[in-house]
Amino acid sequence: MSGVGLDPKTAPTFPMAAKAMLGDTQLRKNVRHATDVIQEKRARVVGEMPDWQELREAGRQIRRHTMEYLDFYLEEFEANCTRAGGVVHWARDAEEARGIVVGLVKASGSDQVIKIKSMTTEEIQLNSALEAAGIHPYETDLAELIIQLGEDRPSHIVVPALHKNRQQIREIFQREMKLPELGERPQDLADAARMFLREKFLRVKTAVSGANFLIAETGGVCVVESEGNGRMCLTLPETLITIAGIDKVLPRFQDLEVMLQLLPRSATGERMNPYNSIWTGVDAASSGDGLRDGPRVFHVVLTDNARTEILADEEGRQTLNCIRCGACQNACPVYRQTGGHAYGSVYAGPIGAILTPQLQEMHHAQSLPYASSLCGACYEVCPVKINIPEVLIHLRNKVVKQNTAGVAGLFDVEAGAMKAMAMIFRSERRFRAAQRLGRVAERPLVRRDGQGEGWIGWLPGLLGGWTQARDLEEMPKETFRDWWERRGRDGN
Amino acid sequence: MATDMVTNSRAEVLRRVRAARGGTSDGVAVRAGWDGIAREYRRKGTREREGLLALLEDRLRDYDARVVRAAGEGVGQSVAKRLVERGVRRMVVPVGLPVEWMPVGWLPASAGEVEFVVDEGLSSEELDDVDGVMTGATLAIAETGTFVLQNVAGQGRRAATLVPDYHLCVVRAEDVVETVPEAMGRLQETAGLATTFVSGPSATADIEMTRIKGVHGPRSLDVILIV
Ligand code: SF4
Repeated sequence: MSGVGLDPKTAPTFPMAAKAMLGDTQLRKNVRHATDVIQEKRARVVGEMPDWQELREAGRQIRRHTMEYLDFYLEEFEANCTRAGGVVHWARDAEEARGIVVGLVKASGSDQVIKIKSMTTEEIQLNSALEAAGIHPYETDLAELIIQLGEDRPSHIVVPALHKNRQQIREIFQREMKLPELGERPQDLADAARMFLREKFLRVKTAVSGANFLIAETGGVCVVESEGNGRMCLTLPETLITIAGIDKVLPRFQDLEVMLQLLPRSATGERMNPYNSIWTGVDAASSGDGLRDGPRVFHVVLTDNARTEILADEEGRQTLNCIRCGACQNACPVYRQTGGHAYGSVYAGPIGAILTPQLQEMHHAQSLPYASSLCGACYEVCPVKINIPEVLIHLRNKVVKQNTAGVAGLFDVEAGAMKAMAMIFRSERRFRAAQRLGRVAERPLVRRDGQGEGWIGWLPGLLGGWTQARDLEEMPKETFRDWWERRGRDGN
Repeated sequence: MATDMVTNSRAEVLRRVRAARGGTSDGVAVRAGWDGIAREYRRKGTREREGLLALLEDRLRDYDARVVRAAGEGVGQSVAKRLVERGVRRMVVPVGLPVEWMPVGWLPASAGEVEFVVDEGLSSEELDDVDGVMTGATLAIAETGTFVLQNVAGQGRRAATLVPDYHLCVVRAEDVVETVPEAMGRLQETAGLATTFVSGPSATADIEMTRIKGVHGPRSLDVILIV
C-alpha cells in the first residue's frame, strides 16, 4: 500500500480540509447515503430492544470500572493469555509497537502478511512500517482492500470505504486486479475480491489482527466481523499477531453478554454480525477431535500510545470507553457533510474529534474539538454513553489554555465562556436548554485558525439545513444573551 | 538489550496506568466493583418453546439462511434432501458427528450420491476442494439468529466450517436459548475453547451499504432444527 496514512501531525486543520471536502459533491452524496442506511437499520434493531437503556448503562459501567482498575485487568489478561500459550508484548508508543510487529513478522519467516481491518494498526501506521521493512501487507476486509488498491485513506471506523460508490470501486478493481470485463453489480465486485484474496488466505503464513475485546478472566481475544476474512486470518496462518490498545480489556467473559448486544446493533444495525471469533492462546489440541485448530504461534501487542495520558485526565478519561462502533459518526451532522478525511486522522467524526487530539497529547489536531455543532446527537446514540459534547468542551478549554500559556489574559473571555459551556454539559437540564439554543450558543466560541479565518461561524451556517431536519423542541423564549446574563445574575 | 527494553516497556506502561489512577488496584476492591455493576437488562427470555423456535427460524431467515425442522429418522432424510438441493458432491464432516444424522445408506463414504470426507486434519487446500461442511452446534440464540460452534467433537476445527462454500448446521431444540445473556451463561464453563458465533452466511455491506452474501466464508447456510 502506498496511500499515505492519515497523520494528524501533517494534516491540514479541519476547517481547511472540510472546505475542500464540501466541494466534492459525489463524496458527500456517497457519505450521506451510507450513513442514512446504517442509521435507519440501527434505529430499527435498537427499537426492538426493550432494555436498550439498561444495556447502555451496564455498558457504561463496565467500561468505567475497567478503566478504574486497568492495571489489575491488564496483568490478569497477560497472565491468562500467557498460560494459554500466547506471548504478550508491551509497547509504550506507536514506534515501539511498529518495531515489535515488524520484528515478529520477520521472525515468522514471512515477507507477506494478511491483515484484518484494525483501527489500531491504522493509528500506528503499521502498513508503511511493514513496507519499509520489505514486508507486503494484504488488507483482507473488502473496504480496506478497496482503500489499499485505490491508494486511498479510510473515512469511517466501521465502513472505511463508504465514501466510494460502486462505479468508483469497479474502476479500482478493474485496474488493480486486471479484470477489464468486471461487472458493476455489488455481487460482481465481492466475487472479484473473494477470488483475489482466496489465494492469499491459503498461502500467506502470517497474519496481523486488531482486537475488539481482550478478556482478562480467560486471556481470550474477541474479534467481531462480517465477511469471514477475519476468521480466515485468525484460523489459517501459522503465526497470528494481534495488536490492541490497552483500553480494549474487558473484565470477564460474562461481560461479552452486554458488549455483543450493544456493538453489532450500534455499528452495522444488525442483531448480531455474521461472525464473532473468541480464541484463547493457541489450541493445545487437548479437546474435541484432537486436531490442532488455528495458529501455532500467537502474540498480543498491548499498546499504550498516549492512552495513559487520556486516563490521567479526569474529564477526558471517558473517551477510552469507546468500543469503536461508529454510531456517533453516522449521527453527526458535521461528519455527514464533510466525510471522514477532513478530520486528518483515522478516527473521524465525533469520536475522532475527541480521541485524535488526545492521542496527540493535544499538540496536533487542535482544531478538531471545534469540528462539532454540539448538538448532542452523538451522545444519544453512543452505546456506552460517552458524553462527547462534554469532552469536546473540556478539550476546547485545554486548547485555549495550551495556546495562551505565556500570553496570559489574552483569551480570558473565551476561556470563561468555555468554562461555562463545560458546566452546561455536565447538567442534563442545562444541556437540553443549551441544545435548544444550539446555533446561538456557539457564537462566543468562534475562534480564528492559523490562517486567520473565523470558521466556527460558517459551520452553523452550513448546518442550517440540519436544524430544519431535526426537531427543535420549541422556539427559544429568550435570546442566548438574555439567558446568559440572567444566569450570571442568578448565580446558578 | 532487547529483553531489557521489553521489560522496561511493561513496567513503564503499568507505571503510567497506576500514576493515572492514583495507585495499584487492590483485588478485593476490583471484585467488589465488578459485582456492583448495575445489570438491569433482560437476562432470561419469556417465550414458550414453540415461540422460541419460531423466533430463531425467523431471525435465521432474515439473515438468508434456510431453516427446516426434523425429528428422529427424518433428520438424515432432511440432510439428504438439502444436499441434493444444493448440488453438493463432496461434504466434509468433523470427527464425532452423530451417525444418526447421516442419511441412511450414505455411510461409508461415497455409498450414496454424496461423498463424505471426515476431517482428520485436512489442509486448507483440501478444504477448499470440498463443496460443503456439516456440523452440530453448542447452542443457538433465538433473538439474534446465531448459532455457536466450539472446538469439540461434532463441531470440528474452525477452518473446516470456514473454507468450504456451503455450511449445513444441525441444532437441537433443547440447545436453543432466547437471549445473549443466557447463551453466555451456558458458555462460561467452556470459555477457554475456540468459539465462533455464526449469524447467517458471510456478508458485507461495504459497497453502497447493499448486503452481499458470501465474501470469504460460506456463501450459503442451511439449518436443520431437531425437534
Ligand atoms: S464514541 Fe460511542 S458512538 Fe462513537 S464510536 Fe465510540 S462507542 Fe461508538
